[in-house]
Amino acid sequence: MSDANLQVAAATAPKTQKQRGLWSDAFHDLRKRPTVIISSFVILVILLIAFFPGLFNFHDQNVKYCDLGLTRGAPSGQHWFGFDEFGCDYYAQAIYGAGPSIQLAVIVVTVTIIIGGFMGVLAGFYGGWVDAIFSRVVDVFNSIPFLLGAVMLLTMFRDVQVPLIGGRLQAIIPAAITLIIFGWTSTMRLIRASVIESRGLDYVQAARSLGASDMRIMFRHILPNAMAPVVSLIPLSIASMISVEATLSFIGLGVRAPEITWGMMISSGAPYFTSGFPRLLIVPSAFLIATVLSFVLLGDAIRDALDPKLR
Amino acid sequence: MTEVKVKSEILPDADPMATLLRVEDLRVEFHTRDGIAKAVNGASFSVDNGETLAIVGESGSGKSVTSQAIMGILESPPAKVAGGRVLFRNVDLLTLSKERARRVRGNHVAMVFQDALSALNPVWTVGFQLSELFRQHRGMSKKDAMKRSLELLDLVKIPAAAQRLREYPHQFSGGMRQRVMIAMALALDPDLLIADEPTTALDVTVQAQIMRLLKEIQLERNMGLILITHDLGVVADVADKISVMYAGRIVEQAPVLDTFATPAHPYTKALLKSIPRLDTKGQRLEIIKGLPPVLTDLPPGCNFAPRCAYAQEICTRELPLLATVAADRAAACHFSSEVIRDV
Amino acid sequence: MSSPNGDVALEVKGLKKHFPIRQGVVFKTTVGQVKAVDGVDLTLRKGETLGVVGESGCGKSTLAKLLVGLETATEGSISVRGEDVTKLGRAGMRRLRRNVQMVFQDPYTSLNPRMTVGDIIGEPFEIHTDVVPKTGRRKAVQDLLDVVGLNPDHINRYPHQFSGGQRQRIGIARALALKPEILICDEPVSALDVSIQAQVINLLEELQDELGLSYVFIAHDLSVVRHIADRVAVMYLGKIAELGTEDEIYEAPMHPYTQALLSAVPVPDPTLRGLRDEIVLEGDVPSPANPPSGCRFRTRCWKATEKCAAEEPLLQIRAGAPHPNACHYAAPRDVVHAVE
Repeated sequence: MSDANLQVAAATAPKTQKQRGLWSDAFHDLRKRPTVIISSFVILVILLIAFFPGLFNFHDQNVKYCDLGLTRGAPSGQHWFGFDEFGCDYYAQAIYGAGPSIQLAVIVVTVTIIIGGFMGVLAGFYGGWVDAIFSRVVDVFNSIPFLLGAVMLLTMFRDVQVPLIGGRLQAIIPAAITLIIFGWTSTMRLIRASVIESRGLDYVQAARSLGASDMRIMFRHILPNAMAPVVSLIPLSIASMISVEATLSFIGLGVRAPEITWGMMISSGAPYFTSGFPRLLIVPSAFLIATVLSFVLLGDAIRDALDPKLR
Repeated sequence: MTEVKVKSEILPDADPMATLLRVEDLRVEFHTRDGIAKAVNGASFSVDNGETLAIVGESGSGKSVTSQAIMGILESPPAKVAGGRVLFRNVDLLTLSKERARRVRGNHVAMVFQDALSALNPVWTVGFQLSELFRQHRGMSKKDAMKRSLELLDLVKIPAAAQRLREYPHQFSGGMRQRVMIAMALALDPDLLIADEPTTALDVTVQAQIMRLLKEIQLERNMGLILITHDLGVVADVADKISVMYAGRIVEQAPVLDTFATPAHPYTKALLKSIPRLDTKGQRLEIIKGLPPVLTDLPPGCNFAPRCAYAQEICTRELPLLATVAADRAAACHFSSEVIRDV
Repeated sequence: MSSPNGDVALEVKGLKKHFPIRQGVVFKTTVGQVKAVDGVDLTLRKGETLGVVGESGCGKSTLAKLLVGLETATEGSISVRGEDVTKLGRAGMRRLRRNVQMVFQDPYTSLNPRMTVGDIIGEPFEIHTDVVPKTGRRKAVQDLLDVVGLNPDHINRYPHQFSGGQRQRIGIARALALKPEILICDEPVSALDVSIQAQVINLLEELQDELGLSYVFIAHDLSVVRHIADRVAVMYLGKIAELGTEDEIYEAPMHPYTQALLSAVPVPDPTLRGLRDEIVLEGDVPSPANPPSGCRFRTRCWKATEKCAAEEPLLQIRAGAPHPNACHYAAPRDVVHAVE
């Protein structure tokens, strides 16, 4: 903003009676926007589908029930999306396919933020040799090409069973670990940069001059400020993790069978696109695109809203 | 697209006998989240060749917005020129086509900003940026453009100019960068130079150098100079006449000696009494109570009334218009004659 | 302005702060030093205001940070109440912090935007839990708000709901929480509108009288410093060029740099136009990484001779003047008033 705009903005600072922090200010801003409302609604629906697929099981379709005799059957009243090549109900597949993808994305994003955040804050705050070591570690990880590394790792440990966890998690964990290994570096870098920027701020200096301990400064002053760019990136990260997982599933390396994901559905549905059964590709793609788009739009909106216009 | 080689092609209707710049009832609005801010709410003033007008005000006064409106560089949205005329030799700059307006900038009216670092492009050398102006606007060859650029750097007294043409903006000190910006502003021989807080970010010894340079150049070229500032010391040193702005309006207009000796508006008077002076000690600083105005929520009547020592009931009802109080002097106050009389 | 009673609140001797210049990508080597503060001696008496002036690169901001403990000295000593704080461990630093606090320049970045004003002013009590018991903290914060002229009911508001001048008051309230004896004011009014500066300056003066505070007032605005300071130190490239009472410095400056500095400051009085003694300095300030030999000011000084390059003038009493300066050829000159 030009100087003049800033001055006008400062001169219009609301002398409101309500006490509103920066976060609630942003929230109030976002509440009004149509893209935010629609994306949030879609995301809510998708999350419900992911965590409570049973709610959407209107006609009692059983995911496991597959009748080869119904292979590639057409949609009907009972079976909205028809059947896939194994005769399994496609609607059920799509619904149950949401779960693994989303859960994987959420786990990966959460863990990368924790790891990246931890290392980023330490590296940014202390600088010096701490930063030097952590940054070199990041460099090493970064020098491995993402997709190549992920594919390699997943191929090598394709059939390895992780002890002590069962079922759904077993199917997700290997892919999750791989994505975390190759994903934490960008979060670390982002947080580190944010911390370095916050470190020099006057109010951090003020806290130091009051005698605040390092811990206090990190948690009370720097972290809340440094987290802002990260928070706005969360939806975008989730979106990209979902996409990456779809890619990996497409080449058979993502979430493992017997779980279903949209990527797998796309993978098996693609060959039929031109041979008369386009819906086998269209259905999972539509779900995937709708989900990713909603997260992206929401992430963009949050990022814009958190951008401090008035300081 | 033909580039203009001769300046007189840009504004053929300009009347060389008319006042250099006359602003009439300028109004600029900003559309913000909290409503419409009347950043400039009816400003009228004029500058002629060889004259220095100082526009004085604090944040929210509208002084920067005014200068940007004259230059035609307001960001709209959120800004919008809501009325008034900006007459450059009788040609209204606000009604020009975008293309014409672009050519007027630099050729007739130029601006120097507060922060040279953001006004200069960091990835090009200073020589390149200067010579670009000549190549673009005057169709000069590279060699000639560089030669002119060298002359310009000499004009603004940058030592070792030839060497410095090859350097980048970040290699210059703050004061030197400001000189480069002045050089760029003067490149196309503008008739009017607007300097928006040109020395606020500089050290005081550098500030003195830059202000001296501006005055010298103004004298040499008989340029009109509009100086936007909040520093009354600088104003006392260089201005011929002053317009004091408050909450988007001009509240006082007078020759500089009159304004300082016997201010006609309570705001001017209070301002003068609240600033410490270098040559007096142990003075009592008078404060102006209250807060600067909120542009989206201006009180009815006089904008300064809530903070004014002279305010009476009429001031909250009726907006005082800028009216003549003496020869060449105008003030927007119901009680200006009292203000002038009081010591 | 109050009269100092002779007690020394703060004493600085031979203070130096050098910042190493490092180069290299993986392994960094030190290729030089930025001598931000290079040998400063100062005394602050109880109840007085010592103004420190100078232009960019003179080291006054670094000096401020050293006094408050935000930077550690490379050399030299800082004594508060007779105790050398440069030699202190953690416990000692905590004691220092109780006694010396800072008021920051920018009201827009010196307050954490995500904390309420009550939290901001109350933070010192959370860090130094023995100053005020938990039950009394809210009242203590409200009292502080009152002392600086703000409404105690606004304790739950956020910084962005206040104007610049009010935010600066909040910063002052925060600095006063621990009841320090000494306030280091680093350009406390430079970022404020002119009409608000007087409010904050007056507030600082009142507080000094009421609470018996001592100030180190760092600023580049010489008019403001004249108004509030009892004594003034003029800094150039990390050293003090001249040190005297406000009267001595402004009415009869001895050091050429002080004279040049003062002559450059405009006075809001058009009748003085062209009547003052004008000194124009050419050239730029040398880099603090590579200061000139001998007297640092000689590259821009009209009086410079070979002696100035060979022998560094020390800060001492010269030429019969009552206050010390660092120039071989010091002589008084009136640059503030009109010259006959």
